[in-house]
Amino acid sequence: MNLSKLLASTVVGVSLLAGATVTNAGEITVVSWGGAYTKSQVEAYHKPWMAKTGNSIKSEDYNGGSAEIKAQVEAGNVTWDIVDVELSDAIRACDEGLLETIDASTLPDGADGTPAATDFIEGTLHDCAVANIVWSTIFAYDKGKFPTAGPTTMADFFNVEKFPGKRGLRKGAKVNLEFALIADGVLAKDVYGVLATPEGVDRAFKKLDTIKGDVVWWEAGAQPPQLLADGEVSMTTAYNGRIFNAVAGEGKAFEIVWDGQVWDLDLWVIPKGTKNKELAMDFLKFSTATERLAAQASYISYGPARKSSGSLVGKYHNKDIDMGPQMPTNPDNLKNAVQNDFNFWADNADQLNERFNAWLAG
Amino acid sequence: MRILIDCRGKNMTSTTLDQGNTNADGVLLTSDGIPLKQKLVQTTKKARSRAFLLTLPLVLFLIISFVVPIGQMLFRSVHNPAGTNVLPNFAVAIKNWDGIGFPSEETFELFVKDMQIARKNREIGKTVGNLATRMNYAIPGSRSLFTSTSRKLSTITEGPYKEALFKIDKKWDNQIIWRNLKRVSSDYTIAFYLAALDHKYDDNGNIVAAEELYQIYVSNFFKTLRLSAIITFLCLIIAFPVSYLLSVLPLRTSNLLMILVLLPFWTSLLVRTTAWIAILQTQGVINDILVFIGLISDDGRIQMIYNQTGTIIAMVHILLPFMILPLFSVMKTIPVSYMRAARSMGATPFTAYRRVYFPLTLPGIAAGTLLVFILAIGYYITPALVGGEDGLLISNLIAYHIQKSLNWSLGAALGTILLVVVLVLYWLYNKLVGIDKLSFG
Repeated sequence: MNLSKLLASTVVGVSLLAGATVTNAGEITVVSWGGAYTKSQVEAYHKPWMAKTGNSIKSEDYNGGSAEIKAQVEAGNVTWDIVDVELSDAIRACDEGLLETIDASTLPDGADGTPAATDFIEGTLHDCAVANIVWSTIFAYDKGKFPTAGPTTMADFFNVEKFPGKRGLRKGAKVNLEFALIADGVLAKDVYGVLATPEGVDRAFKKLDTIKGDVVWWEAGAQPPQLLADGEVSMTTAYNGRIFNAVAGEGKAFEIVWDGQVWDLDLWVIPKGTKNKELAMDFLKFSTATERLAAQASYISYGPARKSSGSLVGKYHNKDIDMGPQMPTNPDNLKNAVQNDFNFWADNADQLNERFNAWLAG
Repeated sequence: MRILIDCRGKNMTSTTLDQGNTNADGVLLTSDGIPLKQKLVQTTKKARSRAFLLTLPLVLFLIISFVVPIGQMLFRSVHNPAGTNVLPNFAVAIKNWDGIGFPSEETFELFVKDMQIARKNREIGKTVGNLATRMNYAIPGSRSLFTSTSRKLSTITEGPYKEALFKIDKKWDNQIIWRNLKRVSSDYTIAFYLAALDHKYDDNGNIVAAEELYQIYVSNFFKTLRLSAIITFLCLIIAFPVSYLLSVLPLRTSNLLMILVLLPFWTSLLVRTTAWIAILQTQGVINDILVFIGLISDDGRIQMIYNQTGTIIAMVHILLPFMILPLFSVMKTIPVSYMRAARSMGATPFTAYRRVYFPLTLPGIAAGTLLVFILAIGYYITPALVGGEDGLLISNLIAYHIQKSLNWSLGAALGTILLVVVLVLYWLYNKLVGIDKLSFG
């Protein structure tokens, strides 16, 4: 056999092989935040969907933001089929035409027969996005550092004299400014009203100034539990589910303080122009059905976006821990809580982050 | 007739030359009557361009994967067509507005209709969201005015358009918005360079300095240069004796040590940086040892990471090989006999070193410092991981605008300025040291 024949047969063989994999079953790329959170989705969404449809899922991690979506869509080379994003990113990407629109009326009814439009908690369905969970930024501390009287309020987080030790904060303006105002005595319901004024912003930064020298900044959601475990900080802001999983899964002695929590949504979005739109849509409908959302809540303490899932939320998947009290939406945890205002951040994120960066470097 | 002149000597013998073939001036000619010298130049040229063809794959690769994308990215720093893309007809009309009072009713009509079309089509790069994003850079906080208005615009079907628009949101009754819309309606702008240099347009279109609370970029450029200089200097101080040792030791030992120098290259950059976190953090190895031997108390652990110290330590370690290698390669070529000769002529060891050895190492020092400095200036992973609040270098801010804020134009402007700064420094360096004196080994 001469070289060109060999080459030709190889090419034919390889293309046959590739063709075979394409026709057999589909594969979609699902992108989420990694760590315990992605794991909960793999257990509650990915595995059952793959078993049911015979398709496969490639799971990728990212750190939030819509940069990759924007780059892929604008370059016309979309490799992410469905992405788990924060609300403000979903709204902005939708406004910029980077996402497929999703018709909420095609979503399945709740298990109790309620149509999707009313079954989803108000504000969780959008033109281009369907929420799956309610999550929250809280602060947590290491009980070993404060064995007798631990911090109980947001003001305590900013009080380094009474509660010594380093603090962990997410590097960015969002949520930190809200926390600072609450610690400074602003009522949860007034936070965005105050923050909308220049004096309010000054006030928030002034409060942040009081702990600036004691802060360790984090960026990825997996970092705060690690910082606590390493003893690098005595308390840190964090996503509530990450702390819960460190406690329930790894037996860490961390305690969540719900006072002043800022809760937000995570939503599925489908980048515009994906080649697997049908499959992605199917996965989206499947994963946001009543049972799936409830199942996810047994792996991580994030609240389901459907009302009908609430009654199905039970215990942690392998331990005798009631998940209800661990949810950001539990009435006890909502006593002094702020819902992240995506409109405020859509308008002001550019400017406030600029100021935040200048403040950080100054 | 076929000419067989070839620059490769072995074919010279087959050249068909007629000895008697000379012209009136006695110049040697080839058989087709062209002077031999000229022919030789021609053929050499041919061979050279053939040789150049060999590099073509690399050149093409560099152009496609490097020059074009970077060029495109840098182009974004002055080119932001959001205004004309989203509002094509309005953008033409508003150019005729003198900026006094409000634009004409026809211009308002075009604005409303363009916005309605943009909302309906949702074309990538031509949505109301794109315009809103662009306007939000000019007037912070104006994004939602555009996005929320566009949702309500379908109700407007006939004039007067100006009044209808003001009725939807009274914020439109503000000349500053229309002045900025006029500025945004041109594809080319220096607004992002202004922002990158801590300046902006004020409400009247004059260029003014940004408020102090928002100034970050200029000071950050200087901070980045300062840190890079410190890191380069420390690398030089540490690398010089190491390289000297490597160059004088017997080959077997020096090879072994050389492997130790190169070893870090075999580990991922991320792993090396994370290793420093484990070593330097307050609950880390060094602090534990210091507490154990009683040098510091448990409460007095030293903060060595998540600050500038951490950045400097980790970056010096990561960049050290780039200083050692050029230094070593130069020192290796300096004969030992030179120093002996200097000593035999009565120089003290120090004088011999200062007058003979050190000047000979200069090409290596020049190459090493240039290499380390330029690498340091563009580093961003390490400062991001171990730098804490001081770890924001200019490259981190560029990454922030490319990845997080999605203000690619500002990121591109910062990148262009950084590129220019490096080129100017390179030029200065060339003037002072001379690039031809460099030896990378």
